[in-house]
Amino acid sequence: MANITKRKVGSRLKPYALITPAMIIFILFFIYPIVYMVYLSFFKWNMIGDMKFIGLNNYTSMFANSEFWVVMKNTFFFMILSVGLVILFSMLMAVYLHKNTKINNLLQSVIFAPYIISFVSISFIFLWMFEPDYGLFNYFLERIGISSVRWLQNTNTAMISLVMVSVWKGVGYNTLIIISAIQKIPSYLFEAAELDRSNKAKTFFKITIPMISPTMFFLVLVNLITSLKTFETIQLMTLGGPANSTKTLVYYLYEYGFSFYKIGYASAVGVVLMVLIGVLTVIYFKVLSKKVYYH
Amino acid sequence: MIKPIMKKTIKLLINMLIIVIFFVPFYWMILTAFKTLEETVQFPPSFWVSHPQWENFLVALKAIPFMKFTINSVVVSISVMLLQFLTVIPAAYAFARLKFKGKSLLFGTVLSTMMVPSQLVFLPIYLMFSKWGLINNYLSLILPFATSAFGIFMLRQSFMQVPEEILEAAKLDKASEFKTLTRIMLPAAKPTLVMLGLFSWISTWNDYFWPLVITTNDAVRTLPIGISSLRMVESGVTYHIVMAGNVLLIIPIIIVFLIAQKQIIRAFTYTGEK
Repeated sequence: MANITKRKVGSRLKPYALITPAMIIFILFFIYPIVYMVYLSFFKWNMIGDMKFIGLNNYTSMFANSEFWVVMKNTFFFMILSVGLVILFSMLMAVYLHKNTKINNLLQSVIFAPYIISFVSISFIFLWMFEPDYGLFNYFLERIGISSVRWLQNTNTAMISLVMVSVWKGVGYNTLIIISAIQKIPSYLFEAAELDRSNKAKTFFKITIPMISPTMFFLVLVNLITSLKTFETIQLMTLGGPANSTKTLVYYLYEYGFSFYKIGYASAVGVVLMVLIGVLTVIYFKVLSKKVYYH
Repeated sequence: MIKPIMKKTIKLLINMLIIVIFFVPFYWMILTAFKTLEETVQFPPSFWVSHPQWENFLVALKAIPFMKFTINSVVVSISVMLLQFLTVIPAAYAFARLKFKGKSLLFGTVLSTMMVPSQLVFLPIYLMFSKWGLINNYLSLILPFATSAFGIFMLRQSFMQVPEEILEAAKLDKASEFKTLTRIMLPAAKPTLVMLGLFSWISTWNDYFWPLVITTNDAVRTLPIGISSLRMVESGVTYHIVMAGNVLLIIPIIIVFLIAQKQIIRAFTYTGEK
């Protein structure tokens, strides 16, 4: 009898035992750090001295800091431009490459490759191609008769150059996901459209677009979050410059934490980033649960 | 008659344009890695090298503790992968096959961590590790990635697809749950496990951000940090050396990509296709 109850308790606890290792990691490195960061944002601390509680002072000084607003403007500029372009190009690519032919499959692999190459390599390759005096891009511009551009050294073009890198790296991933969405559209819809003598453009806007719109919405959200966390290209190519023109929220957070050791202020910046990612995440899960429902 | 030919030509031109846009940067990297310093600062640049400079690779290898960085990268990426298997498999099994209180809440928590990038939480985690005295220690590079929400999500999905009848049969045979897991579930989920391993290894191998924030000396630094420090060598950027180092960093990824292209693409686009 005692043995049976023991076994019962054991089997009731087993699921928890099985998820415990993973849960410990999640709590230690995802949930607790977020709580700790919010806590730190109410203190003044330079990592070595004493922590001093200052209430909302970090937030008020952050919102009063004009540099913070430049950073916000940069963050949103980068986000909107890179997500807009990546979605646009991926859509065009997907429509062009969605049929399963040998050459299309090869091209799909080619455009996907940059996605699994490290940011260090990509950043250095582009740093080299953007080089103002000997770089490949300026050579091409010169060949077609346009005067050379100081890509990363000019406040007008530095951010756009970083957008180019992000778009180039991300197009393959997005294209492949859109392609799989297009291929899942039931073929009778296209056959019906053909019977109705619908032209290609009409079929695209009346059938393809509505059928892939859940995927597109999902991709927009994923890309928004990806663009918010972009750090490597900035750190390796511009260091936030020239004149703060490429400094985004993540880089600003890194700088205050690791160069200025203003832990409280950096944490307040982190909370702003967290709110932005949080809002996007909530929308993301709303969409995801709906998508699962439809399947 | 003319129309199909025109269409074919246009298609060919577009295909070539796509290849130029996505392939030329890599070609440029490889080409530069074989150039002399003089050739890299020559304008207009040359698109071929007549005397490939293999020494560039030796210079890159000697400029940084290359072997040390490679060993660190291998140790960290393999440890992360193994730990992920150890934590993900039991959790995915529990979420897929067992009933327990708070299951959906706990699973929701797991999923929500998928959205927390290391770029958001690095500062508090750095402070934690520094309090524990683990900065410049393999543990600080490995532990934060010892499990994977994405892995649990993906593996749970494939565990749920194992037909109920097979499991019932196993139960009738009085097979232990451990045996069911190792003899039935894991073999059935093999493609997913391969995908998971590839995803994990590639992500860790490529990671630059985490080793950058959590290490301060070369003893535990990984290859991407090492390659990025080539820029400082000999004061100023010597692109032929940087590109040689870059080639060495990319080679393992390209080899794995060529072998397991389909699985890698599936792994990386998994959440998007669901």
